[in-house]
Amino acid sequence: MMLSLPRASENAAEVDHLLWALLIISAAVLALVMALLLRYIVKYRASSEFDRGAEAQKSWRFESAWTAATLLIFLGLFVWGARLYVRLFDPPRDALTIYVIGKQWMWKVEHIGGQREINSLHVPVGRAILLVMTSEDVIHDFSVPAFRVKHDVLPDRYETLWFTPTRVGTYRLYCTQFCGVDHAKMHGEVVVMSPPAFERWLAQNGGAGDLAREGRAVFLRFGCGGCHVGTAGEGSATVPAPSLAGLYGSPVPLAGGGVVVADERYLHDSIVDPGREVVAGYEPIMPSFAGQIGEEDIVKLVAYIKSLAPGERP
Amino acid sequence: MSAVPATVPVKRGETEGSYLEDGHTLASWLLTTDHKRIALLYLGSITFFFFIGGIAAALVRLNLIVPQGLLGSAETYNRLFTMHGVVMVWFFLVPAVPVTLGNFVIPLMLGARDLAFPRLNLFSWYLFIAGGAVTLWALLVGGVDTGWTFYTPLSTGYSKSHVVLAAVGIFIAGFSSIATGLNFIVSIHRLRAPGLTWYRMPVFLWSMYSLSVLLVLATPVLAITLLLVTLERLFHIGVFDPAVGGDPLLFQHLFWFYSHPAVYIMILPGFGVVSEIIPTFARKPIFGYKFVVWASVSIAVISFFVWGHHMFVAGTSLYSAILFSILSYLVAVPSAIKVFNWIGTLHKGHIEFDAPMLYALGFVGLFTIGGVTGLWVAALAADVHLTQTYFVVAHFHYIMVGGMVSAFFGGLHYWWPKITGRLYPEMWARVAALIMFIGFNLTFFPQFVLGYLGMPRRYASYPPDFQVLNVLSSAGATILAVAYLLPLAYLTWSLIYGKRAAANPWRATGLEWRTPSPPPTVNFLETPVVTTGPYAFGAGDRMHHHA
Repeated sequence: MMLSLPRASENAAEVDHLLWALLIISAAVLALVMALLLRYIVKYRASSEFDRGAEAQKSWRFESAWTAATLLIFLGLFVWGARLYVRLFDPPRDALTIYVIGKQWMWKVEHIGGQREINSLHVPVGRAILLVMTSEDVIHDFSVPAFRVKHDVLPDRYETLWFTPTRVGTYRLYCTQFCGVDHAKMHGEVVVMSPPAFERWLAQNGGAGDLAREGRAVFLRFGCGGCHVGTAGEGSATVPAPSLAGLYGSPVPLAGGGVVVADERYLHDSIVDPGREVVAGYEPIMPSFAGQIGEEDIVKLVAYIKSLAPGERP
Repeated sequence: MSAVPATVPVKRGETEGSYLEDGHTLASWLLTTDHKRIALLYLGSITFFFFIGGIAAALVRLNLIVPQGLLGSAETYNRLFTMHGVVMVWFFLVPAVPVTLGNFVIPLMLGARDLAFPRLNLFSWYLFIAGGAVTLWALLVGGVDTGWTFYTPLSTGYSKSHVVLAAVGIFIAGFSSIATGLNFIVSIHRLRAPGLTWYRMPVFLWSMYSLSVLLVLATPVLAITLLLVTLERLFHIGVFDPAVGGDPLLFQHLFWFYSHPAVYIMILPGFGVVSEIIPTFARKPIFGYKFVVWASVSIAVISFFVWGHHMFVAGTSLYSAILFSILSYLVAVPSAIKVFNWIGTLHKGHIEFDAPMLYALGFVGLFTIGGVTGLWVAALAADVHLTQTYFVVAHFHYIMVGGMVSAFFGGLHYWWPKITGRLYPEMWARVAALIMFIGFNLTFFPQFVLGYLGMPRRYASYPPDFQVLNVLSSAGATILAVAYLLPLAYLTWSLIYGKRAAANPWRATGLEWRTPSPPPTVNFLETPVVTTGPYAFGAGDRMHHHA
């Protein structure tokens, strides 16, 4: 029987500290309630001749005291929980990006180098890993208890999850959002390796490939360059569309006002739902590619667009 | 439909015998507008649904005895836990206390002859039965496999089960809830006996009032959500399914906008019941009456603003998560206040340990565990680890089953002499209460550990190292099943062989104890007049008594 859970990420140790604090507070509250309850029901049982004297009447003082005490403890827990949570929204800039696609009932993983795996995820120890995740069908959830992280994986949307593994080993990966008949079969493993071992693993598993290069092939196949001139240099400028070179990570002014940063989510959404966030100065004429390009190909396209330096014409 | 005035001139002819003697034909039950008989119709119905949901739970626990799943079919398992959730939430937990104990006791506590809208009350029962029948039909023809939460786009597109039928059943039953809530609100506003001011009302009435506000405001949101799921599934209208331009998170917002208040719809009546039992058996007024009352009201209000805490890993924004986390801590404060006040009520009391009190004390302990573990899942980073695991399953069962079901059994025993005119066998009842407490803890405590270790909920099979804890949990469920069958047996027995109950066997203080057990059809031969606050136990009540 396993009664302990490995702590295999920086986050895991910190979440465990919070859980310990919660355990101690819970035990203290429960002990207080139980002690008072047992003491009173023994001392004040009807058959007890114990002299009750005057009942405690002034309830205001008691009420404000325990309300204030409760509130104070609760606020402390809130701040602690929120501080750790905020970090989950702020991945380090140098994090290694890996793409994850959930579908009924398997996890597909694509590395930047083009390596692919199913129901397993190989990562190097000691380096921040940023998962960019989407689903091909229903909502799934990527959960690694040893890292104390999980996040829902939604169709038609990119969600991210990051962690820094601190211990070499193999850890369980579960889908934790009920996703249909074989939900319980949608599990796998996360293999944390030493950096040299990880490099070897990359090399042995199709290191020749390159996600961005494959994305360029998709880009050409769907004729994206026909409109997005100045991106890959091919096609003629019959329709004006913004160049994609150097787009990734830069602010994009929108037609409806406002500015968004062109991250993975923005690139993904602009392919499947181009009318949602139109670049200022352009007509909303791009057709939606939802249902025409699979999520795996979109991942490649995004990787390709990310690889384009400003003004680059491969 | 017109309101019945609080003071009804009593005709002599109507006072003969009790409401139970007032007609013995099937029609005298099925067409009755007497709140007491309708309460019994409901009691029969929810008992039936409780055992349907219970059988599903038993099969779920049976399956989890072995890691690969004893039933051998994930499809069957998924349908079973969905059936368990749907039946227990909408056809037992939400209605149980309000429509049975509430229906029976509210007019009596008010000193009224009936609820404000007696025919609407009967209509509510028929709606409940119709909704239940459609849902059962869905279960009989193959069931639903989405979980009781119906998350989209699984429910709208991918599930091959009877989602529409189940949704329609719950939709219909929802109108029963709305009508009941409306009936209670109007009754409490309009039918209070002379002298029964708001602050003289027993806490149970305040709980029923707060609960009714939730029922009336939240249930319509569930109705429209389920309607949209149905339309989406049938016609792909593009509300929730991203493949046709919808947003699955919209569904979660709408669903939890109902379903979080629904948690309080389930537990507020429990608070009310326990707040009657503890003063009665401690022979003392409830400690901090106004705090207990306003805690119920604030819970009702704040519970509308915490739905987002079900979505901390769902892909909502950082700001919404922070806001919903702090609001969740706020809603826990009034619940904590209640626990302290119940304990304060015991202080310097003269405590008797009849079965209702045992259930109430069990409630306080189990609800406290459910409550403090709520602090774990309200802490954002902790929730990221614990949500969607067995920790959450254990947490809400401590509230729903440890809390609410204990309170229901406490209330049922407490008012049983009033409802039936018979005393239940006290020894058996105490034994059942004790077994229930032990069985409950054995079933659900191991699940906290399973959750921390990462076992996901809704898994038909699981890694072998989780087996020991799962077997413990299933063993507990067996004990729990025995504990639930016991009251069914001895309460039924007491209907025929139980000793006759006096008007006030507990020497309690509410108006319901000032009329014979069982009460006459008109409730009170003379309209009672209230001159004191609730729980005014005189010094004479402090003597020992042996029930």
